[in-house]
Amino acid sequence: MPANGAPTKITQGSKTRGGIGESTLRPDGTLKVTGEFAYSSDMWHEDMLWGQILRSTVAHAEIVSIDTSEALALPGVYAVMTYDDLPTEVKNYGLEIQDTPVLAHGKVRHHGEPVAIVAADHPETARRAAAKIKVDYRELPVITDEKSALAPDAILVHEGRDDHHIGHVPHPNIVHRQPIVRGNVEEARARADVIVEGEYTFGMQDQAFLGPESGLAVPEEDGGVHLYIATQWLHSDLRQIAPVLGLPEEKVRMTLAGVGGAFGGREDLSMQIHACLLALRTGKPVKIVYNRFESFFGHVHRHPAKLYYEHGATKDGKLTHLKCRIVLDGGAYASASPAVVGNASSLSVGPYVVDDVDIEAVALYTNNPPCGAMRGFGAVQACFAYEAQMDKLAKKLGMDPVEFRQLNAMEQGTIMPTGQPVDSPAPVAELLRRVKAMPLPPERQWESSEGADVRQLPGGLSNTTHGEGVVRGIGYAVGIKNVGFSEGFDDYSTAKVRMEVVGGEAVATVHTAMAEVGQGGVTVHAQIARTELGVSRVTIHPADTQVGSAGSTSASRQTYVTGGAVKNACELVREKVLEIGRRKLGSYHPAWATAELLLEGGKVVTDGGEVLADLADVLEGEAVEVEEEWRHRPTEPFDLRTGQGHGHVQYSFAAHRAVVEVDTELGLVKVIELACAQDVGKALNPLSVIGQIQGGTTQGLGVAVMEEIIVDPKTAKVRNPSFTDYLIPTILDTPTIPVDVLELADDHAPYGLRGIGEAPTLSSTPAVLAAIRNATGLELNRTPVRPEHLTGT
Amino acid sequence: MRVNFTVNGRPQEADDVWEGESLLYVLRERLGLPGSKNACEQGECGSCTVRLDGVPVCSCLVAAGQAEGRDVVTVEGLADYARQRACGTGSCGTPLDEAKGWQAKGTDSQTGEGTGLSPIQQAFIDAGAVQCGFCTPGLLVASDELLERNANPTDADIREALSGNLCRCTGYEKIMDAVRLAAARQSEGV
Repeated sequence: MPANGAPTKITQGSKTRGGIGESTLRPDGTLKVTGEFAYSSDMWHEDMLWGQILRSTVAHAEIVSIDTSEALALPGVYAVMTYDDLPTEVKNYGLEIQDTPVLAHGKVRHHGEPVAIVAADHPETARRAAAKIKVDYRELPVITDEKSALAPDAILVHEGRDDHHIGHVPHPNIVHRQPIVRGNVEEARARADVIVEGEYTFGMQDQAFLGPESGLAVPEEDGGVHLYIATQWLHSDLRQIAPVLGLPEEKVRMTLAGVGGAFGGREDLSMQIHACLLALRTGKPVKIVYNRFESFFGHVHRHPAKLYYEHGATKDGKLTHLKCRIVLDGGAYASASPAVVGNASSLSVGPYVVDDVDIEAVALYTNNPPCGAMRGFGAVQACFAYEAQMDKLAKKLGMDPVEFRQLNAMEQGTIMPTGQPVDSPAPVAELLRRVKAMPLPPERQWESSEGADVRQLPGGLSNTTHGEGVVRGIGYAVGIKNVGFSEGFDDYSTAKVRMEVVGGEAVATVHTAMAEVGQGGVTVHAQIARTELGVSRVTIHPADTQVGSAGSTSASRQTYVTGGAVKNACELVREKVLEIGRRKLGSYHPAWATAELLLEGGKVVTDGGEVLADLADVLEGEAVEVEEEWRHRPTEPFDLRTGQGHGHVQYSFAAHRAVVEVDTELGLVKVIELACAQDVGKALNPLSVIGQIQGGTTQGLGVAVMEEIIVDPKTAKVRNPSFTDYLIPTILDTPTIPVDVLELADDHAPYGLRGIGEAPTLSSTPAVLAAIRNATGLELNRTPVRPEHLTGT
Repeated sequence: MRVNFTVNGRPQEADDVWEGESLLYVLRERLGLPGSKNACEQGECGSCTVRLDGVPVCSCLVAAGQAEGRDVVTVEGLADYARQRACGTGSCGTPLDEAKGWQAKGTDSQTGEGTGLSPIQQAFIDAGAVQCGFCTPGLLVASDELLERNANPTDADIREALSGNLCRCTGYEKIMDAVRLAAARQSEGV
């Protein structure tokens, strides 16, 4: 792995095996390959019931009546609950704005909204009972886009809004608006030799994690409930669940069950409150597992967007200005829309130097499916647009698209449109150079002596071409993503670290509430503990709410923030261990008092390498435990009029080169290769880093050529809620993904690391689009690209 | 109804099975074998892949009654299945080295470390092919079947064989690596 630039900060003990920087294997790997790992959908309890949710069949309607009598009469049914059965005055929840009803109250605002819940002794009985609930709807006109949302006679999706955004939005059907104004666009435009405008459309993408929403709620003897759940943030769930149940938070115990992927789709609650309500009502454990159809309705999606961009450049290729407007469809409930708006606006310029900007991003309330967090979070949509603009500008100037980008690339010290300086490495030009320098895959690799191998051609085993009409194209893109929660959010994490002797050996236990969703946080926590405490055996305690919040497994933040918390707690434990050592053994060797001491290989050693004691002897009869919160540098909100503010913690950069082959007659695309170069600051676990980059790249590929939730504009109903109709990349659709990892330390971050999970999802999509444009000569202003966009049919 | 079939070499009997229940449901909810995963119930994702009389199938699409009298292998039985295959039809005890290794390592109740794994299971761990792991059981059963019939698959062969198994985390590269690794180890006799 190439390593350039400043050394990363390793505080101590780096020689202990299995520490940071090594590709140690997952602690849950064996359980996951033997089928023993307990996912939330695998939970089982004696006497448990199955919960089922009845969802609205229409997008926007008043509920005239609900009749549950037939459902209740069905043998095997234990409970049916509607809005009227909610136990407290708190009947709504939400991440930032509590606008989402636990069960619909008098009105439904989107297709698939929960209306009633059922508990029964067999899942099929629960399904049939739900189907017997009669709901009488009086349909209302649907709001589906900016025009209908802001029309003079538009129905308000939410009447009587009192959230903290209502004061600054131009219309109650706008959730949040964030302008960013800097410099003088009019003057800058006058300097431009070329001006390029574009209107771009980004389709609605689904996280499509494979493990469906699920969990088990077990009523407890003290009147509380214990919820075993797949989520991204236990404490955020807890804060939203407890008030609805009318329970103090300590009576709602939460344990993380196995999580089958997340990608943002588990930031919002799904079945958590419903399972708890049914468990408390029936006094029995209740399990709810969505099927795939329901999963498409059960979580928020990536915001579809319209993006209006204008860039100017001088004839020598320098960007003059950016004027853009980004309209995100937030759907029926706010979810994470305000934060997505903040990201979309503050990152709309991309990784480029542009001093004069006039930017606006808004999120709408509509009757479309609610949209919120998904990997890339507002930065993905913007990247699709600004990278298309870069190619158009380069073409108009007669410049090479990579050289044009490099000429305008930001670097350390660049001032963002928000006025925030980029104060750590920003190797944008270098990433582009690296990705371009990778060897290209050979042409016509599908050709062989026995004829064409159709498996490597567009259309694949459908046998639609043997190379006729197939054209190759190459495209580049680069993106910028923020790491961590922004805009003044108190983005902390907590770690509890314990060190003691077990079986004659010093052992560390790391306990956090971090949601392991597959990213490998548990692997990294053990590595950090080995590095900082010099032990080989580290136990990772299951994540639960018996320890302080770890924040969300989102925003590429967990290795940075919870990793930082684990490192910090380990350092405090280390100091206490050394204190014990000095107290117990200090008189045996003067170095205890005079030398810099390290914990390494199970021993206390001096920085000169002299062994002072075995850790097992120091800790004999004693245990050291520390629980401590840890915070990264604070951020500040963006000014609501100018967008100025030091809003972000850290930036993350990746660049892609896509090579595609297009069957121009049928409009079929085969992505041949998607090369990526990314700066990761410090690769704590190189194998996991590459896995994240390849996985993120593939999700970007999906939304380039296949993935889109289709919502009928007339009815606002979802038309393809299944894996038969919503396609995600298979192994046949996914090319080889060579990865070049750069490690330039960020001096502000633990070990110099950079959050990595999202950046590769950004630039992958526009690189594929650029390659298809390169092959076809078409403009292609929307994603995903479908065959009809390529053939004009 | 009652369904009798063999799962991972052991005769099983499931009672009170409703006619609409899938083989997947009976494995997961009635036989305590939740290793096979339910991610789409439409045969699109392959997470529920099991061997039915040796043939990889989506167990969500097999009615439980169709399994009557037949042999099923799930991810839980993959290690034993691979061990028996390695022995052929003759009798086969535990090799001495393996017995020693077992003794030395023990089984860690938290991580499962020390559990006997099949070559493809070990390769998935070693290659980093496991992230969230939800697709892993199905991919393991499918990959194992591929290597059983094709000891030296080309990349195109691997992609074709695994095209019915969706993974959302890895981008498939590490899964390709894992299958290549298992094939290489198999041919080296490791």
